[in-house]
Amino acid sequence: MTMMSDRQQLSYIAGQAADARLNVELETEGMTLNIGPQHPATHGTLRIICRLDGEQVVWAEPGCGYMHRGYEKLTEVRTFPQVTTLVNRIDWLGSFANEVPFILAAEKLMDIEAPPRAQMIRTILFELSRIANVSLFLGDLGVQMGAITPVFLAFRDREYVLNLIEGATGGRFHPNFDRIGGLKDDLPKGWIDETRQVMVKLREFCDIIEDLLFGNEIFQSRMRGIGIIPADIAKDYGLSGANLRASGVDYDLRRDQDLPMAWDKADFKVWTHPDGDSFARCWVRLQETRESCRIVEQLLDQIPAGPIMTKVPRIIKVPEGEAWVSTENPLGEMGYYVVSKGDLGPFRVKIRSASFNNISIVPWVLKGVYVPDVITILASLYFILGDIDR
Amino acid sequence: MAPLSDSDTTQEEPAALPGDGLREGIVDDLRRRIGDAVIDTHIAPNDDLWVRVSTDAWRQTAEALKAAGFTFFSFLSGLDWLPSPYGKGEEDPTAEPEEPDTEIRPGVTGGDTRFQVFARLVDIDRHVGITVKADVPDDAPAVDSWTTVFAGANWHERECHEMFGIGFNGHPDLRNMYLPGDFEGFPLRKDFPLLSRMIKPWPGIVDVEPMPAQDEPEEDASS
Amino acid sequence: MIQLAVEIPYWGQSLLRVLGGLVAVLLPAGTIVYLFLFKMMSFMQSRLGPMEAGPYGSLQLVAEVGKWMQKEDLAPDQADHSIFKIAPLVVLTSTFLLVVVVPFGPDAYFTDFAVGVFYGLAVASVSVLGILIAGWASANKYSLLGGLRAAGQLIAYELPMVLATLGVVIQAGSMNLQDIVVAQNTGEIFGFGGLGNPFVITQFLGFVIFMIAVQAELTQPPFDMPIAESELVSGYMTEYSGFRFLIFFIAEFATAGVFAFVASVLFLGGWGVPFDWFGWNNIDQVDDWMNVVGPLIMFTKMLVLTFIIMWVRFSFPRFREDQLQTFAWKVLIPLALANTAVTAIFKVAF
Repeated sequence: MTMMSDRQQLSYIAGQAADARLNVELETEGMTLNIGPQHPATHGTLRIICRLDGEQVVWAEPGCGYMHRGYEKLTEVRTFPQVTTLVNRIDWLGSFANEVPFILAAEKLMDIEAPPRAQMIRTILFELSRIANVSLFLGDLGVQMGAITPVFLAFRDREYVLNLIEGATGGRFHPNFDRIGGLKDDLPKGWIDETRQVMVKLREFCDIIEDLLFGNEIFQSRMRGIGIIPADIAKDYGLSGANLRASGVDYDLRRDQDLPMAWDKADFKVWTHPDGDSFARCWVRLQETRESCRIVEQLLDQIPAGPIMTKVPRIIKVPEGEAWVSTENPLGEMGYYVVSKGDLGPFRVKIRSASFNNISIVPWVLKGVYVPDVITILASLYFILGDIDR
Repeated sequence: MAPLSDSDTTQEEPAALPGDGLREGIVDDLRRRIGDAVIDTHIAPNDDLWVRVSTDAWRQTAEALKAAGFTFFSFLSGLDWLPSPYGKGEEDPTAEPEEPDTEIRPGVTGGDTRFQVFARLVDIDRHVGITVKADVPDDAPAVDSWTTVFAGANWHERECHEMFGIGFNGHPDLRNMYLPGDFEGFPLRKDFPLLSRMIKPWPGIVDVEPMPAQDEPEEDASS
Repeated sequence: MIQLAVEIPYWGQSLLRVLGGLVAVLLPAGTIVYLFLFKMMSFMQSRLGPMEAGPYGSLQLVAEVGKWMQKEDLAPDQADHSIFKIAPLVVLTSTFLLVVVVPFGPDAYFTDFAVGVFYGLAVASVSVLGILIAGWASANKYSLLGGLRAAGQLIAYELPMVLATLGVVIQAGSMNLQDIVVAQNTGEIFGFGGLGNPFVITQFLGFVIFMIAVQAELTQPPFDMPIAESELVSGYMTEYSGFRFLIFFIAEFATAGVFAFVASVLFLGGWGVPFDWFGWNNIDQVDDWMNVVGPLIMFTKMLVLTFIIMWVRFSFPRFREDQLQTFAWKVLIPLALANTAVTAIFKVAF
């Protein structure tokens, strides 16, 4: 099914024909519909401008920037430890995961490594933030389509994970826990046992969602064959994370690069799907959530004793240089290109956020689909506004 | 429950981490393809690869790298090497303001101009990435657009254009990404002030301590 | 006619009928909203629902009604004001018109039409008009999309409903709803009269088709494309607020209740229990206390059917418009036609 299906060919042709018609008739036909910026379906303030022909989209364009906070400029006036407070808020559902690549880049420039205990706990918290993020996605899928029950189950079970993150870091949504050289604090007593119990609950949740939502015939007919993205187009646009793996590309940054984190100590499977349609993207994320639970359980057994932070000066000055670190965040590949001039703070930070690339494919993928499919395709691509707009 | 897909997920062995030999091979291959457009390269041992190419060969580099297997487009952005004339806003407001440093010192792989564009491509099969840089001429800041090679560069070039003012020849639709249409100025340039720091100075000054292993404090440029 | 102790003048009877109609429409609406929408849905979603207003949130409905009524009466500037304002009333009127033919007891009915089924189905489609004009008059692209979808969907699902009812009419031999009730309660299954002959057994396919068509006529998920909350905000109801939205809200649940009444009359035996239990042979022999118990039985059957409607509503995602239409035209209508044909053959043969 990596060849173009009939439906995709037809939608291609429809898109081309519609384009031609528009060019000739100077937009005298069709209705322009604004989906957003305030809309129940978009995860935040994203505006999709669609030109419709009846119920079919002829042309679509996302308008972002409603949440642009100018992070790259703001990082230039902050010291390195202060940047984590900013960066937490890019992908606010899996916040801890945003801090990690930046801290790793700074550590790379300083040529230090966090102690093994800190690396392990970092990885565990990273995977927990992935679970928190994707479990909300799984519940939200139902709401985009009118099934209002799964979202409550998702929020209920996600509370357990957020309580864990709060127990360890002090913050449910914005932990701000990572420090250059390690972590701020050690784990509280009893946290490991509670995490084990929560992982069991999360796996049950995945099973429930699979039964309730993924097995539903209406869900399948709404998602299968919709929004097919072939692998080479996906790579062209820089789609990452589950979106890329659902198009059949086997690329996972946890496995495919050597970072001072503890993923190599866990045995996990990278899930891909050959179809590249909306269902594939959702299914891959469901499996990844289960895989994350497995990773956490394996790592919990292996936390070494030791210090939680290497010796770094109180005021950190990072040597001159440039470094790029990217990790497999819940939304995709998130990376930081840190340029340092030997100061207290960075000279330039380029934040490569996953949703920016994921949404850049929207004009291409929405040609020729129906309005309800617009919503489901956006739901399956899964973006967070803070990630797009930084 | 019955499997919902008949996909056969691969569990491949993690490929041997790309060593410096592979990276040097990539550089040689690139030199073969685009000749002396390769101005400078830098290999961080066991880590990463940087290449600087000439401005005219910017798009050609993309095509060459895509043909060489770098099919995954990660990002494209700009760099402004002018040190900020406003400082970091962290200096002691009662002290004498220092002479602003106006010397342009580009980073890895050097550079001749104030602005540079840089992009990152990844070869998924060989698990190796490459950062490509090119100078942007100061008098007419524009480079060729990558949209014909990588469709995803469309949005990145729009953002780079609105933030730095770098033009992209051949881009189909170079309008603002985040900023309102009538915005004046290019925010990520260093001489564009960050108003919040201009209005309210930083309330503390910071001292620098050396790394614990060293005995003497480092030579520091500013405190 | 039952003999009452007091002779009620004609205007008194009309007044009683009006009050009875209001109760017959609004009481189910209120019960459905509180019992199923507030509490059942909450329990299914692992939460408690409204608990503050009154003991266990029982006065929440009163609070909601009060809230909606005291809101400002807004209409968009560009909207067609007169049509915009009557659209909710049109939808609610069709509910009242439909409840008029439903019998609640041997003598407890509003009118006794000889062609009650025919009238009922015709009048049920008046609500389609209300939805269409709401969508158009709102001067809002989302509402227009919702109205267009509603037009296609509601008209498409009228046909399976009519065809399913046709099977019942053939089997009962009459279009009069009272006769249908009597036919079910005096009938026998293979000579066993203990259960009567509720048509849900012989017309099971018709029952299923009717319930699906009712779900679509009420624009409930999985057929709620016209509302489609995650796409169209609220479809044809987007621009309505305050009292007018309250009318739509009541109409949605009242219509669910009234359709459930009609379905229980057609398929579950209506207000009666099998006459065999009390030794009655025809409707004239039914005791007078059945006029009081009958409405209660109807209410219970209505609750059972509405439970099913609401349960499906909270569980399923929604169909896309073309899938919806395909389902109606290519699946439901052929099945309903087949059902009618088989019923007719059996009626003639046996």
